[in-house]
Amino acid sequence: MKLLIVDDSNIIRRSIQREIGDQNHEIRMAGDGVEALKVFEDFHPDIVTMDITMPNMDGLSCVEQILQRNADTRILVISALADKGTAVEAVKRGATGFLLKPFTSETLATEITELFVD
Amino acid sequence: MITTPEINTTPEDDLKVFVKGTEYFFLQVTSTRAEVCTPFIKEPSDRVIDDFSAVIGISGSQRGCVYYSAPREMIRELVTHYGETEASDDLYADCVGEIANTISGNAREYLGPGFMISVPVVFRGRAEDVRFPHDAPAFVIPILWNGHRSSLILCLKKDEKEPPTFDPEMLKEIAS
Repeated sequence: MKLLIVDDSNIIRRSIQREIGDQNHEIRMAGDGVEALKVFEDFHPDIVTMDITMPNMDGLSCVEQILQRNADTRILVISALADKGTAVEAVKRGATGFLLKPFTSETLATEITELFVD
Repeated sequence: MITTPEINTTPEDDLKVFVKGTEYFFLQVTSTRAEVCTPFIKEPSDRVIDDFSAVIGISGSQRGCVYYSAPREMIRELVTHYGETEASDDLYADCVGEIANTISGNAREYLGPGFMISVPVVFRGRAEDVRFPHDAPAFVIPILWNGHRSSLILCLKKDEKEPPTFDPEMLKEIAS
């Protein structure tokens, strides 16, 4: 499986990478929505984890752009935006799931596993 | 399209939201409780900017900034809870940005989607010339965690003509 991690925080990208790094998946990372689309075109990931609040292009717009390119991509939105409307909006735009920050390694592992199993 | 219903909160409500969010953040990330001390209004002579700081711009239902500032030794310990074994100033700066972003974003659970947050801007060093907005009081929320002291600073103004009033005595109640 190919996985793309999108977050403007290096520390979050690295913590997600560590969580799934020992499962023999191919992983690439991007720091904003624009970079994510560039990587997506070249890498064609099966799964994407996506932050929302990022420079250049926010994560919800990026979710739409990715799904226009490949509607089968599974996208887990990982964000600190805790109002219910944001989670609902993410799913409306096509995200497979929503994980609220701050997350524990256990909750992250559970969500990531579900993405791989689906 | 995200709807932005208006949620009217008082400064006391806002402080409680951020106190609660700060406690939740530290417990969730580190499994160790942070002690939130009595908030106070920053005076010009108060030095609240530490080694690593991040500021989040707020717009929408409120305007202003949320700052988080912490000493190097505290951030050095905190990054280990994200699984980091490396130590670098870039990583520490990134960490304070993520803390400010997470606490501010979590506040939308109570303040609603109209409480719009920017990406964090991070800076290093105990800068003397950090400017705080003049048109809103700067509430400092001191945070004690693992023997370290950091600060969350709220400079928020409602997007309305009449600024809300607040009772200084409420600051003691919020931390209790």
